[in-house]
Amino acid sequence: MTSTSQPGAGPAPTASVPRERNTTLPGLIAKIIFLGIVLAIGVYAVPLLIHYKMWMWLAVMVAAVVLIFAIYLTKRFIPGKYLFPGTAFLTVFLIIPVVLTVSYSFTNFGDGSRSSKEDMIAAVESESFKRTPDSPIYTMAVGVAADQNAADGPFTLFLISMDDADQTVLAGRHGQALAPWDGDAPTVADGRVTAVPGYQLLTPRQINTAYAELQAMDVAAPGDGQAAIKPQTPTQAYQGKVTIKYDAAGDRLVSDAGVVYPNQTVGTAQCFVAPDGKCFQGKSWLQNVGLKNYSRLLTDSGIRTQFLAAFAWTLVFSLASVCLTFLLGFFLALTLNDERVRGQKGWRAFLLLPYAIPGMISLLIWSQFFNKDFGLINQLFGLDVNWFGDPTMAKIAVILVQLWMGFPYMFIVCTGALQSIPGDVKEAARIDGSTGLSTTFRIIMPLLLISVAPLLVASFAFNFNNFNAIQLLTQGGPSLSGQFTRGGTDILISMIYKQAFGGSGTDFGFASAMSVLLFVLTGVLAAVQFRITKRLENLT
Amino acid sequence: MSASAPLAQLHRHTAGSRKRWWVEVGWRYIIGIVMVLIVGVPVLYIIGVSLDPSGSTTASSVFPSKITFDNYAALLGGDKGPFGRWYLNTLIVCLVVTVLQILCSALAAYAFSRLRFTGRRVGILALLLIMMFPNVLAIIALYSMFTQLGEAFPIFGLSTIAGYVLCLMGGALGQVWLVKGTLDSIPQSLDEAAIIDGASHFQVFSRILFPILIPIIATTAMLAFVGIISEFIIGSMFLKSADSMTLAVGLYGLLQGDKTGNYGVFAAGAVMVSVPVVVLFLFLQRYIVGGAVAGAVKG
Repeated sequence: MTSTSQPGAGPAPTASVPRERNTTLPGLIAKIIFLGIVLAIGVYAVPLLIHYKMWMWLAVMVAAVVLIFAIYLTKRFIPGKYLFPGTAFLTVFLIIPVVLTVSYSFTNFGDGSRSSKEDMIAAVESESFKRTPDSPIYTMAVGVAADQNAADGPFTLFLISMDDADQTVLAGRHGQALAPWDGDAPTVADGRVTAVPGYQLLTPRQINTAYAELQAMDVAAPGDGQAAIKPQTPTQAYQGKVTIKYDAAGDRLVSDAGVVYPNQTVGTAQCFVAPDGKCFQGKSWLQNVGLKNYSRLLTDSGIRTQFLAAFAWTLVFSLASVCLTFLLGFFLALTLNDERVRGQKGWRAFLLLPYAIPGMISLLIWSQFFNKDFGLINQLFGLDVNWFGDPTMAKIAVILVQLWMGFPYMFIVCTGALQSIPGDVKEAARIDGSTGLSTTFRIIMPLLLISVAPLLVASFAFNFNNFNAIQLLTQGGPSLSGQFTRGGTDILISMIYKQAFGGSGTDFGFASAMSVLLFVLTGVLAAVQFRITKRLENLT
Repeated sequence: MSASAPLAQLHRHTAGSRKRWWVEVGWRYIIGIVMVLIVGVPVLYIIGVSLDPSGSTTASSVFPSKITFDNYAALLGGDKGPFGRWYLNTLIVCLVVTVLQILCSALAAYAFSRLRFTGRRVGILALLLIMMFPNVLAIIALYSMFTQLGEAFPIFGLSTIAGYVLCLMGGALGQVWLVKGTLDSIPQSLDEAAIIDGASHFQVFSRILFPILIPIIATTAMLAFVGIISEFIIGSMFLKSADSMTLAVGLYGLLQGDKTGNYGVFAAGAVMVSVPVVVLFLFLQRYIVGGAVAGAVKG
């Protein structure tokens, strides 16, 4: 990665790209097959995506197919052929998610607010459907005209009231009221319809498959326009009615019992408010809330304090991880990188062990070692420390584990850097009267820092969002009283994870706003990293 | 013993030289031994726990009371979840993601290193900047994107290996920088000669440059592979069904599900995951150290 070895520093690199020769026959065939597969996938996927109304994925799909054809069928932009695969993945699974996260941060997106207002009202109304007291229960058979596909309908419900001694067969179709069957006489056995001329009856399995559709059928109850018939089980139906209705004029929900749920703002978003002041059934709908998530984050003192505390600990955690691992690694490199120490390769190989073990394994193992009652640490040293029960001790444990896992990397990096410092530098220092220690601190350390600084910054940036180091070890715990999401060792990313996917209700919108702040912080970090690594110099 | 400098040999049997040996060299061994203990005791201990049939560490002894392979048998027998499946899933995910990532990165690195086009400089800059944002930061959007995708295409939904692999491909260009650095150090006259001989760009890349790149690619692939073994955050969010889990998610669940302090089975799993990786590391040590110094990051 030295700038001196860069090609293209010579004259007019553009001219040095000769034209590509004509494609060979196997190459052509491969290309045709490849483009054919792409087209086939596109043709298969596009109607499905339209059916599911997934506009974002549809746009991605169409753009991908069009771009692949434009890039690989023509010779207009050769670099595109090499850049496209990685860039496409990067765009779809990194850039788009980032953009989406930003857009979520202006909404109340969450568990209780995924759907549109209309869908939410429809769901509430259908869930409020209750059996009318003393109304009949019917045995149910579901028929489809014999010339139709049994799975597709349209369905006819053949019902017989269990209270009806005459066993009159009633028929219900979507959009029609339940009425006595006027077709050819059906066969009735045990109070239930078992065959209807011209119709095929669905098996219980078929009924199960079509259950959602059957539930959605609009069959008015006889004699009561308000009530309706719904399947209760695959073999029974009942009469009931919607007990909570949406009142469009007042933009509110009204229940049969007379309870009114007005549309008001609770927290950051609107919902139908129950008498207890909370959202009805905890539900709301997806809506734009502007900057309310951000203002909540920045002005709600409880939340702001938690966010800042997590930020501070994130900084301390990353800094301590880098500094301590570096100091230990550097010290070991100085100690063991001495020609009088025998078996250097052996020491080095053994001390590399924590770096070689997969990180998640080490973290899970250490999470057991710090157990208060049967952990190795307390046993070995005869201690009785409740490591993960106390915020301070938990932080110390986290850092200790980081140190154990991280020092080998610094050790090998420092050893490499030390070996590249010319011997005559030390020689000159000695001749100038410098003693061992002062040579180390005044001459060697500055030289070494220059070469490892970029790695230290990269390591800091890595730890800044090192979710594993927290989640696998302490799960962010111990929980702190009065802090609803942040635990004693939570860094920002693990706190956001909890906010978004933790047990206590998911609030994606608010968690997204936190993520956006974390983007900004990571961006600042990236800018610093950019400057320090001076990678810009390499960009020829 | 001191090194064989003639001067040191001359004074070997004086008390002063022994003291000097301790001051100059001996303490280095002590530090080395202390570090070996710090590194080695936890590792030995976990191996011991994995062999101890009680799987219990409440015993006062640090050494296993009895050595059996019960924990390994229990693990492979599927008592605590489909461990074999997790292992296989992890291998598939790591292999596929590593190969695709390296391929995408190598292709892009070739374009950035060898081809000249407008927007190249801006492209490299943008890429460097973007890659500093791990896609776990956008985890909420990824979650809802894949929930949706899974409705239309169940094989790419949550709790599927394919969807998980796709999601990890957000880091497809993660290795561009290392590969480009190596490519830049290969003289361009090499591929120009091939082009004059009638090779296409792709042939130059696949037949001439790629073979030269194999050492650095092997190193970055190895580090990427081991890094992906430890991927947990996206996995824990995506892979909910036991059969779709990776080792990271499965073993985490195994520990969370058992708070009794009996982690013999987990320890057996840890050993079985770590041993192949550690052996690989020892064999490739030279390359990995080189890759680490060049800035490759392992998870």
